[in-house]
Amino acid sequence: MMYQVEEKIMPEAHEMRAVFAEVLKEMAKEDERVIYLDCDLMNSIGMANYWKENPDRAINCGIQEANMIGVAAGMSATGLIPFTHTFGPFATRRVMDQVFVSAAYAKLNVKMIGSDPGITATLNGGTHMPLEDMGMMRCIPEITIVEPTDSVMLADVLRKAKDTYGVFYIRLSRKVADKIYKDGSTFEIGKAAKVRKGKDATIIATGICVAEAIKAAELLEKEGIHAAVVNMFTLKPVDEEAIIEAAKTTGAIVTAENHNIINGLGSAVAEVLAENISCPLERIGARDRFGEVGDLDYLKKEMKMTAEDIAEAVKKAIARKEN
Amino acid sequence: MNQKELNIFAAQIRKAALRAIRKVGAGHVGGSMSMADLMAVLYGDVMKIDPQNPKWEDRDWLVVSKGHCGPAVYGALALKGYFDIDELDTVNQGGTRLPSHCDMNRTPGIDMSTGSLGQGMSTALGAAWGSRYNGKDNYTYLVLGDGESDEGQIWEGALFAAQQKLDHVIAFIDYNKKQLDGYVSDICDLGDVRKKFEDFGWDAQECDGHDVEAIKDAIEKAKKVKGHPHMIVLNTIKGKDCSFAEKVLYNHHMKFTEEDYQNAINTLDQKIKNMEEEV
Repeated sequence: MMYQVEEKIMPEAHEMRAVFAEVLKEMAKEDERVIYLDCDLMNSIGMANYWKENPDRAINCGIQEANMIGVAAGMSATGLIPFTHTFGPFATRRVMDQVFVSAAYAKLNVKMIGSDPGITATLNGGTHMPLEDMGMMRCIPEITIVEPTDSVMLADVLRKAKDTYGVFYIRLSRKVADKIYKDGSTFEIGKAAKVRKGKDATIIATGICVAEAIKAAELLEKEGIHAAVVNMFTLKPVDEEAIIEAAKTTGAIVTAENHNIINGLGSAVAEVLAENISCPLERIGARDRFGEVGDLDYLKKEMKMTAEDIAEAVKKAIARKEN
Repeated sequence: MNQKELNIFAAQIRKAALRAIRKVGAGHVGGSMSMADLMAVLYGDVMKIDPQNPKWEDRDWLVVSKGHCGPAVYGALALKGYFDIDELDTVNQGGTRLPSHCDMNRTPGIDMSTGSLGQGMSTALGAAWGSRYNGKDNYTYLVLGDGESDEGQIWEGALFAAQQKLDHVIAFIDYNKKQLDGYVSDICDLGDVRKKFEDFGWDAQECDGHDVEAIKDAIEKAKKVKGHPHMIVLNTIKGKDCSFAEKVLYNHHMKFTEEDYQNAINTLDQKIKNMEEEV
């Protein structure tokens, strides 16, 4: 794990999907075990040309997610490393039992990409807005759940997923991300990536909420509050050590996730705290509600996932510290 | 194995499957009995396998998607020497390698974990796709239930297999006409299921699922048709040749007594004896 954080957070030059497609093609070129499967969304993720040029390496299953997961599981039993893609809700809640039985229970080796996590589904609205995908996957034993924050992390995590046996759920925003990490950074799955130091509170964030958390820390800095930011890009296995350390060193924690606070990051952190150390915790995320249409700015405000919301939660957590 | 040997092997598989269920005194008798002749043909004659090396990379694969009929498969595996026949007495006991539903991580010779109906269709197709990609010439055999074919995933897989021209998939439907709650035709009628698969782009045949020669012939014919996946609809009787089950309507999962068991075993032993004495 060797990463460096950008001094200033700016939008990346490329969409995440472009980097995803590029890395996937590179991996397929380097490793003949890599096979790509999709459910009629090749054009949406930039893999359509690859599929047409490499019909032996990429399968468009059509709109049949259950079969895709099973086929991928069966393929992996013959030694291949299948990467599957569809939108997050259909990669998880639609195929929960296929992921559970055909892939995870059978201890096979499937890498599942679920795109447009949470409110990044924007104009596709509530039906396509997975605020429960990580929560569902988190109930499955032995699975690994990662949410790459920017394209630097995405490139590294995809390769690590390929080389790590087991079932992965990779939560992928297709759009332009804020660049958090410097080029060439590498990460360790299961180890939180610290973004910013601080002594008064720790914001543990994932996905698009990492950039909001950094902005929140900057807002708080102006008020003399020093908030640390930790990127919990691996939801499972969650980095217990980092959570306990944050509680010990800062005494107040706020989680921030583009997901339901039930069974997502907020729950995972709460569980670790409850079993290990007493610490006030505030949770930012969808508060047990469905999604809806709107642009990203509208939805961040509607779901109270903005930097301002996070900063308020930090102050609330600090106020709850026992003196 | 010749016809007589296969018929004897099938009766032995039935005996072994009943032994596997006996310890608990209840289990999936009906479907285990109806697919016993298919197991005899596959394990006794058709499949390229090595019981001493269950993961042999050039082996033929078998995915029993109606995974609740594990006892019939375990019977065949034990008789082939994958594990000791006495291990059949451990079925469904805590810590067993032989759980009610097939588990690739516990049982030597089981190629895929099944039990959630419909899913073995897709995993078998994936295994067949992977085998072809890996340059293997092996076949993937797949056993589906008729009740199982209510599942939408079966028909997703049916479309997929034809599109991918998976001609080294040979699937069977154990068409015993009954599912847990009664007759398939009263619950979710499959109708002419051979025709349905043909319409989905499969090479599809139909035969007597208790005629070992007919099953063998159908498999041979299937292998000659290139470019299409193969479906062989086996017309079977749920509970076939099990004295306490065959005539019972609700014989999907049933309890039986030690007396029932002994009678069934005696009937099968007599059948085996008669076959052995045939010239």
